[in-house]
Amino acid sequence: MDVLNLAFVAAVLTSAAPVLYAALGGALCGRAGVFNIALEGQLLCGAFAAVAVSWWSGSPWLGVLAAVVSTAVFSFVLAVGAVAWRADPIIVAVGMNLLALGLTGFIMREALDATGTFAPAGLQGLPDLDAIDGVPVLGAVLGRATVLVPVAVVLAVALSLWLARTSVGLRLRGVGEHPEAATSLGVPVTRYQMATVVVAGALCGLGGAQLSLGTVTAFTENMTAGRGWVAVAAVMLAVNRPLWVLGACLLFGAAEAWGFRLQGIGLPQQLTDAAPYLVTLVVLVLSRIRVRRRLSAADPLAAENAAHPEAVIHPEETR
Amino acid sequence: MTDGTAARSAAGAPPAAELRGITKRFGPVLAVDGVDLVLERGTVHAVVGENGAGKSTLMSVLYGLHRPDAGQVLRDGREVRLSSPLDAIAAGLGMVHQNFRLFGSLTVAENVVYRAEPARFGLVDRSAAERRVEELSARIGLDVDPTARVDTLPLGVRQRVEILKALHRQAEVLILDEPTAVLTPGEVDSLFVVVRRMAEQGTTVALVTHKVREVLEATDRVTVLRDGVVTARLTTAQTTAGEVVEAMIGRGLVPAVNPRGAVSGEPVLEVSGVRMPAAPGASRVQDVSLRVSPGEVVGIAGVSGNGQRELVEAVVGLRTAQAGTVRLRGRDLAGLGVRERRGLGIAYVPEDRPGVGTAAALSVADNLALGHHRTPPIGRRGRLSPRAVRAQAADLVRRLGVKTAGVAVPLSSLSGGNAQKVVLARELHHEAALLVVEQPTQGVDVGAGEEIHRLLLDYRARGGAVLLVSYEISELRALADRVLVMLDGAVTAELDAADATEEVLGAAMVHGGGAHAAGTTTGGGAAR
Ligand SMILES: Nc1ncnc2c1ncn2[C@@H]1O[C@H](COP(=O)(O)OP(=O)(O)O)[C@@H](O)[C@H]1O
Ligand SMILES: [Mg+2]
Repeated sequence: MDVLNLAFVAAVLTSAAPVLYAALGGALCGRAGVFNIALEGQLLCGAFAAVAVSWWSGSPWLGVLAAVVSTAVFSFVLAVGAVAWRADPIIVAVGMNLLALGLTGFIMREALDATGTFAPAGLQGLPDLDAIDGVPVLGAVLGRATVLVPVAVVLAVALSLWLARTSVGLRLRGVGEHPEAATSLGVPVTRYQMATVVVAGALCGLGGAQLSLGTVTAFTENMTAGRGWVAVAAVMLAVNRPLWVLGACLLFGAAEAWGFRLQGIGLPQQLTDAAPYLVTLVVLVLSRIRVRRRLSAADPLAAENAAHPEAVIHPEETR
Repeated sequence: MTDGTAARSAAGAPPAAELRGITKRFGPVLAVDGVDLVLERGTVHAVVGENGAGKSTLMSVLYGLHRPDAGQVLRDGREVRLSSPLDAIAAGLGMVHQNFRLFGSLTVAENVVYRAEPARFGLVDRSAAERRVEELSARIGLDVDPTARVDTLPLGVRQRVEILKALHRQAEVLILDEPTAVLTPGEVDSLFVVVRRMAEQGTTVALVTHKVREVLEATDRVTVLRDGVVTARLTTAQTTAGEVVEAMIGRGLVPAVNPRGAVSGEPVLEVSGVRMPAAPGASRVQDVSLRVSPGEVVGIAGVSGNGQRELVEAVVGLRTAQAGTVRLRGRDLAGLGVRERRGLGIAYVPEDRPGVGTAAALSVADNLALGHHRTPPIGRRGRLSPRAVRAQAADLVRRLGVKTAGVAVPLSSLSGGNAQKVVLARELHHEAALLVVEQPTQGVDVGAGEEIHRLLLDYRARGGAVLLVSYEISELRALADRVLVMLDGAVTAELDAADATEEVLGAAMVHGGGAHAAGTTTGGGAAR
């Protein structure tokens, strides 16, 4: 393979990683039966905490740790609000997204004395994987990336296996699918769901740290710029399956990396910036159409519903 | 504290499970009142009663879902305190609920072992789980693929998964709450085989039902509940359907039977050469002709999906016939919609009561006013009179003996039989010339079913014409003057009620043809 193409793969992975962390967290929540659309706010929270603590302590690793912990703590809002108190998860999540946006901007102005962008001299980003620069292929793909990039990919595979193969994974799948049944067999549903939401928050923290200490070394107001929403789309597209989430996020990363290239040949930036979102939208619509087709072909009930549209209550909800 | 000796059976062993003096209230409702129930080891014990008799409540107490207000639960002669189903599972109890509690996207094996997984280092041992399912299925004679996704399986198989779930958790007492409600007749038969097999292997089965036939077919002992108290304890081999029914409804059942007799007069309904395209999963209607006279009940027999629904839709105007004519008292109904046809004198009791026949969330009064909302005194110049709606409802509820807490309560709070009476009241009270009725006693208690049959025959006696679609041969024999058999969308036989014996009808429903098929006994008679 020639160097140019490997560089492209590297760019794809780097673009995809933050979204992938958030989407894996979202997929876990979906599996546990909590629809998490707070991913955008959680990513932003992680990105901010990572930069703030890295700058304060001088250690990007402490920044990563801070991102993980603070986003997990932030996720308690969703865990307590939507799971323990049974509030509408959508409303709680919208509140969290607005809170994260407002709060990070506010703290940046008041405590860090910066407006718009915070990138002081001396802010430490995460190091590249220079050690593998010499390794053929792998070095070209990951040599300029942080360790968080390959970890994200490994994590997708690991989560997939964990869900499919372990006792706890099986129970988690059951919790999301039919909480009453899980309860009746003695699985503490609320505890499973709250734990999952918090773990998902920790994953979003990693995603945020990769964004602000890996992809760039800076925090910008609203720097996630919709990546959390793309993650939500990826979760829906993948129907909560980690490997499919990986695929969806790579697609997004490819669109973004391609966008940069197109800028290079003179296309207006506004257009290329929109590319990943456009791709997400198109894929999302196409996949819904396909799912509906397949449902009505395979399932006589769905076919019946198609014949009597007035009786349809979202066929996929019965899956 | 526990006097185990009192409950010892002849063999000397204590019963597998026993309930003593169980009382359970829900607010003002006394659901179960001082009930004793003894489940002897290795028997199939029927717990019967009409809807609302307290069967599910009693079983929920046994399974730890409800704490009783008074009374004791004993397992193998020892008192147990069950504060949740988990305690019940630990005590060797299992329950298959009316609506299954399965994970649709998981496999059969995963469902069976869920939270009791064979595991190594936290990893589920899939092949061990699958072997376990195969071994349990083989033991009770079930055929289940352990790797199938549950949501691809028919309801009968899903029920087996529930049974396997309980067996995997070492249940020695298995409670089946209305297990046959969701099954086809064939599935019911195989369930009973499995139940018998389990009992032979020492499992004790409590079979909840309100169908007398099932009690007699599948059980050893019977406990009958009515309004929360036990009205009879019987040994199946020494009892009769009459005895069970009397204990269930508190009076003898006098089946309503069509007195028959000559029918005269111009036909009310005349269908000739009607064709209809096929709906999904059903036959098209090909060239059907029939007539119904005043004071006559014409029954349409047949296995479900042989064009009965489509024929009815052509008559009541829900769909347009491709060809042929439908005449009501001589008038061609072509081009007329449901509203016009109702206005001309067609009343309709649909098969799908919750979906089409009623608006479950609306009040009883509103349900009784549906379709009459344009006619005074209920509706005048586009305005509805709530007072007239209530007054009419109160009158109908009283006249038909509908059991309801009032006319303002939602229809969904009524039992199946009472909801059906509401539908009949609504359709009959303006004395339409023709009543089209599908499956009038489906999901209805025996007592209420008998009353509904009587209402239909009273309407016939007043000169009403009835087109009756039913999958129950006994119902057709009780009500109809004439029976037409539909097979693959065509009328394949026409019989006088006197000739329409179980055998002849059953054969005609499966093979088509009339008398020549007589003598062939088939299972088609009970098919729906
Ligand atoms: N959870 C509940 N809350 C209030 N009332 C209930 C509840 N469960 C049952 N009931 C009432 O208790 C009575 C018995 O109900 P149930 O045990 O379900 O009867 P069955 O199973 O014999 O049809 C009915 O009047 C029903 O309305
Ligand atoms: Mg019940």
